[in-house]
Amino acid sequence: MSLLSFENLSIALPTGADRPLAVENVSFTLDAGEILCIVGESGSGKSMSANALMGLLPEGVTPASGRILFEDRNLLDLSEREMMSLRGREISMIFQEPLSALNPLMRIGDQIVEVFETHGRLTPPERRKRALELMHEVGLPDPDATIRAYPFQLSGGQRQRVVIAMALALEPKVLVADEPTTALDVTTQAQILALIDTLRRERGMAVLFITHDFSVVADIADRVIVMQSGEVVEAGTADKVLLDPTHAYTRALLDAIPRLSFHDSVPHDDEAAPILRVQDLSMTFRTRTSGIFAKPRVVKAVQNASFQLQKGETIGIVGESGSGKSTLGRCLVRLLTPQNGTVEIGGKDIAKINGDALHQHRRRIQMIFQDPYSSLNPRARIGTILTEGLIAYGSDKKAARTRAQELLTLVGLDPSAMTRFPHEFSGGQRQRVGIARALALDPEVIIADEAVSALDVSIQAQVLDLLAELKERLDLSMIFITHDLRVAAQVCDRIIVMQRGEMVEFGPCAQVLGDPQTAYTRSLLDAIPGKAHERALAAQREATP
Amino acid sequence: MFGFIAARLVTAVFILLGIVVLNFILIHAAPGDPAAVMAGEAGAADEKFLADLRTQFGLDQPFTVQLWNYVSGVIQLDLGFSYRQQMPVAQLIWDRLPATLLLTSTAFVISIVIGVIAGVLAAQMQGTWWDTVISTVALLFYATPLFWVALMASLVFSVFLGWLPGFGYETIGANYTGLARVLDIGTHLILPASTLGLFFTAIYMRMTRASMLEVSRLDFVKTARAKGLRSSVIQRRHILRNALLPVITLAGLQAGQIVGGAVLTETVFAWPGIGRLMFEAINQRDYNVILGVFFISAAMVLLFNLITDLLYGVVDPRIRLTS
Repeated sequence: MSLLSFENLSIALPTGADRPLAVENVSFTLDAGEILCIVGESGSGKSMSANALMGLLPEGVTPASGRILFEDRNLLDLSEREMMSLRGREISMIFQEPLSALNPLMRIGDQIVEVFETHGRLTPPERRKRALELMHEVGLPDPDATIRAYPFQLSGGQRQRVVIAMALALEPKVLVADEPTTALDVTTQAQILALIDTLRRERGMAVLFITHDFSVVADIADRVIVMQSGEVVEAGTADKVLLDPTHAYTRALLDAIPRLSFHDSVPHDDEAAPILRVQDLSMTFRTRTSGIFAKPRVVKAVQNASFQLQKGETIGIVGESGSGKSTLGRCLVRLLTPQNGTVEIGGKDIAKINGDALHQHRRRIQMIFQDPYSSLNPRARIGTILTEGLIAYGSDKKAARTRAQELLTLVGLDPSAMTRFPHEFSGGQRQRVGIARALALDPEVIIADEAVSALDVSIQAQVLDLLAELKERLDLSMIFITHDLRVAAQVCDRIIVMQRGEMVEFGPCAQVLGDPQTAYTRSLLDAIPGKAHERALAAQREATP
Repeated sequence: MFGFIAARLVTAVFILLGIVVLNFILIHAAPGDPAAVMAGEAGAADEKFLADLRTQFGLDQPFTVQLWNYVSGVIQLDLGFSYRQQMPVAQLIWDRLPATLLLTSTAFVISIVIGVIAGVLAAQMQGTWWDTVISTVALLFYATPLFWVALMASLVFSVFLGWLPGFGYETIGANYTGLARVLDIGTHLILPASTLGLFFTAIYMRMTRASMLEVSRLDFVKTARAKGLRSSVIQRRHILRNALLPVITLAGLQAGQIVGGAVLTETVFAWPGIGRLMFEAINQRDYNVILGVFFISAAMVLLFNLITDLLYGVVDPRIRLTS
């Protein structure tokens, strides 16, 4: 008898949703000490299944049929009170966003202690002691100080450790992890995955791990189920599903993962005049927190960055969050004014110019943003979004509209999209609109800031293909900012590695990623999940002629 | 923290001076001649008498000299002399200020306490019949003109039912002392304070309700549920505390407005505060009194804003610990 089993579970969506059932006839089992991964893209029903297990389905969403058996009890039959005593004690959950998963106004220690208090365990001093032990166990630095800290004082990875500590407090039998590493840097992700793996081995805990990332699956899963549009399309052991998938959707998802393999970049003529020349660029943030005598906080976001971008070239900027890569990008498009250094585009330094002079040059360098949801004005039609820039630069309305329609065709959307609003499009389509907007002014340089990070892998692959195609067709020069080394390997000719505001490594893609010179770059490469799987895959390819 | 308060106080002094100058200019740009009003009341409106009055009160001097005299007086806390009441303005305001502070602070507490409780209830019963009732009643008080609510309250509870006194600060001629006096003032306070307070309740109710609903959708609330916490604990400990942050901001801004509302309430209920003093001063073109009341209410708004900022630091560690 399995510890946990889903038997033909169906979950109904409220009327008016895009489909009647969020989850349809899902069955699987989970044993003690096992990690089962549920893989799927947005809307596949994987999170809904987890929420149903916790009894935390959103309002209006209800289980329609089937059973969830936990130690022979059907959880769907339990009252809210019974579920409450089960949550946190027998079944715990950790979430995707460590930044928002903790109450910002409560101390870390109090939030952990609350778990014991709620379930009436231990005396107050014992609770505190146990909280310290847990914090130590999940690898939080200096537990004695951290127990008094507030969430905002910790990094993303540390916060996720706190959430894990809370989830483990009462030694639950099942841990549900809903995309627990998606919002984290690769190095932090590797640490959290290792922690989850250690905990299940030491405690014999069963883990239901939900993710969209097959590389993560390859690293930790014992068994895998793949979900698409609410249904299980494939299930099996990790090796079987990853190396010998039977369903077309699984294959498509596996194929969409960018591989850490680099193309031989076209050698660029360094003698030719570069299209963008950045020299000694520095950006320091000083935040005056309060008081006239208080010392301002100084963050050196970018220090002495220098590089040249040749026409038709793509330079990748990689690094962890806080490494200064986005600040550098923002300085290049002059959303920020750098303190020092020059940004020459076509021989003209735009680092310090303002007003009209800046307006003249803005169109030469354009940006694609990370979040396709918040980077488009929700109250503006696509036509307005695309023509706004053109009209601001003196184009007449009719010509601007014609150009906007051409751009939509160019990025693979129907020109009829002009009259629609951003919310009518999917994430991938919105990012296409974002690309069309960046291209509208015929810029000489495009800055893509994590342009595919918020997208599902299959959509990500499509957008990357589009960018590659546009680059070829329009001879675009691009700065590609990303935290994902595999994506960088796929699209970049040269790569800049940034750490704490400094360029620690810069060179051709194959050299930086193939033969890294600094420990930092090596640590980034080591942290990439799914490398063992890639090797297995390569071996499999060699074996089959 | 000390540096923060010092910096804010220094800024506040400059803002106050700016307000004093601006008010002085605005009042003198408005039509109406105080000398003519005084002469009219004295029953002698010939040119000589007017000129004498102007000389007596410095109204014949150039505008800039008048401005300078006034501002340098204010710096020494001399708010000028009331022509009408024949008293220093500072003295007049000082006598009336306690009554106004009592009224506005009681109304303020009423509006926040009732507003927040109603907002929490409405959020918990979102979409139900109760939610609609609470919202409608609160908005009714907000949408109805304050003076009308005041008049009706006075009519119903004082004139018809005779439950509560309908005007004044205390029973004239009763000469109560000690606890009896406190109770007397308290019963006089009920009608004006509730009228003024209920008017502002709707704002806090709406804000609390919206804020509660917004916070309840945040991830940490889901974390709390996943820990197995009871709904009442989640509401109180996790949702309400976070939801109160925007309510505090609003309260800081409203604290200034409530002084404005006090003008109407004090007039209707004959409450001897600075609101009624201002109403009378405007009717009588008593410039110095008007300016003095403006000055005091501006100082109160600045003070409330400072308190709000400090309170924010107490409630939100992100503000307290980064400063």
